[in-house]
Amino acid sequence: MFASLTSGLDFQSKALVLRAERQRTIASNIANADTPGYVARDIDFKAAMASATSGSSIAASKSTSTTSGVTHPGHIPLAENGVGSLGNGSKLGYAAQSQPSMDGNSVDLDRERANFVDNSVRYEATLRFINGQSKTILSAIQGQ
Amino acid sequence: MSMFSIFNVSGSAISAQSQRLNVVASNLANADAVAGPDGQGYKGRQVVFETVPMGSDASAGVKVSSVRESSEPLRKVHNPSHPSADAEGYVTQSNVNPVEEMVNMISASRSYQNNVEVMNTAKTLLLKTLQMGQ
Repeated sequence: MFASLTSGLDFQSKALVLRAERQRTIASNIANADTPGYVARDIDFKAAMASATSGSSIAASKSTSTTSGVTHPGHIPLAENGVGSLGNGSKLGYAAQSQPSMDGNSVDLDRERANFVDNSVRYEATLRFINGQSKTILSAIQGQ
Repeated sequence: MSMFSIFNVSGSAISAQSQRLNVVASNLANADAVAGPDGQGYKGRQVVFETVPMGSDASAGVKVSSVRESSEPLRKVHNPSHPSADAEGYVTQSNVNPVEEMVNMISASRSYQNNVEVMNTAKTLLLKTLQMGQ
């Protein structure tokens, strides 16, 4: 019962971790905007999110068969694709080069800045979803 | 690794850009310097940036791998009345191009600003994350 209560939170927390990861990647791109030969990286959020959520469903299906290192049926199994790790699905892609330059640097600073702002707004949105859901759960628990 | 490594990444970029700004300042300061008695004038310097991997695949910082001296020939100006003029009346000056250096300076300062903004945004997001559930 509790799992169904927090499954929405689980989803949002995965999204939050992915957003943080993407923020880090974009920050690296902006930091290396003047480095010769640097190739801009980016995360395909949709694909990464799909692989993160499918990983959790695999872990959930495993928990029913109680095979993944659980010594007691009442124990909560460790998710293989936990919140802290992103699994194998979050492979970094390469951003397409818009204006080729002589030094081999493929960072488009305008695009990176736009991505950075976009990603930070979405990060904040995810945070608000989490806050709202946890408030909902809390008020359900307290019954007030 | 969390978003905290953004501070390392952007911090390394800020330090690299400020080193670049330092070199530009030194070049501009010496743009009109004349050669000493040994005939060796000031040679313009340029920093070379290099990517530094930081922990994971996703974060990459910057460092200044080397500071190179320009190989362009020193400028010779005909000024026979100058105390440092040679037998033919030429004064050897530095090979710094002030226009190039000004462009370099603007580019460095913009990149610096960009990275400061990135750090500020990361700080705001982390502070909001700290307030989660309150």
